[in-house]
Amino acid sequence: MICMMQSQRMFAALSVAGLVMFAAAPLLIAQAPYESTMGLIQKIFYFHVPGWIVMFLAVFIAGIASAIHLFRNRPAADRLALAAAELAVVFGLIGLVTGPLWAIKAWGVWWQWEPRLTMSLILELTMCAYLLLRRYGGPGSDKLAAGVAIFAMANVPFVYLSVNIWRTIHPATSVVPQLAGSAPGMFGPFVWCAVAFLVLFTAMMAARTRLEAQRAHVERLHLALEER
Amino acid sequence: MNGVMRAATAVILVLVMAAAGVHGAQPQPPQEEFVPIDELPPGDQMPAAPLLIAAYAIVWAVVFGYLWSIWRRLSTVEREMQELARRADAGEQDS
Repeated sequence: MICMMQSQRMFAALSVAGLVMFAAAPLLIAQAPYESTMGLIQKIFYFHVPGWIVMFLAVFIAGIASAIHLFRNRPAADRLALAAAELAVVFGLIGLVTGPLWAIKAWGVWWQWEPRLTMSLILELTMCAYLLLRRYGGPGSDKLAAGVAIFAMANVPFVYLSVNIWRTIHPATSVVPQLAGSAPGMFGPFVWCAVAFLVLFTAMMAARTRLEAQRAHVERLHLALEER
Repeated sequence: MNGVMRAATAVILVLVMAAAGVHGAQPQPPQEEFVPIDELPPGDQMPAAPLLIAAYAIVWAVVFGYLWSIWRRLSTVEREMQELARRADAGEQDS
């Protein structure tokens, strides 16, 4: 009971911290300098890039936890994978919606079937497939879905490096690492937004994993009552 | 979980339908010479502010919607746990 109360407090504290940082982010973003060629629309970058960073992190967690569940048969790892997969879909959705809103102004089209965008869409659909398998796959779907999560994790480096490997109109991966030197005024708000997303992600992961643990507990209680 | 699954399925359907439309809209005539931005047709002079506001509003809606969804599902499971604990206590008293 004490442990439950502590985790509830941790979830509440992280959620409040994340939401406060999230609420303060537009104030910092408004003060950041304009990018010379794109102007105002470039400011979508402060939510778009952290959204993808968190999505990639969630896919990695889902993939590693799935591998542990697949090869070591650990139910706790399976619960972690399910929570991370759901969050990967949520943050991937943020990236897929904010990207075209930027692209229509910067490129003149909502979408281009170029490598980065196409592979990002495939990654999002793969994680949707994971959730659909878990929901409707029936007995044994946890193992099948674990395989899907591992393949999704293997896709992440290709999505990230696609802008360097193939010819594409998407900005390269060098933009963010060089930001501190090339545009210090943009670097501060970007780091703030990235940390806000990571804090929110941690709070959501804690709550979502706890939900799965409680569902497993309810199942055990049902079985215990039926055995009487 | 059901709500999230419905949302995920809806996202897939919208993406599939959008893909068909976007694919049809891809080929555009190439621009052959420089055109100053204030001489572009009104349809091409898209203001950035509504797009930026829409992007932030969608991010906020997704984050709050998901937090609300977790809170609602946690409340449902906790209620179920309390109900099961009550039934278990009642069973012990009967026996």
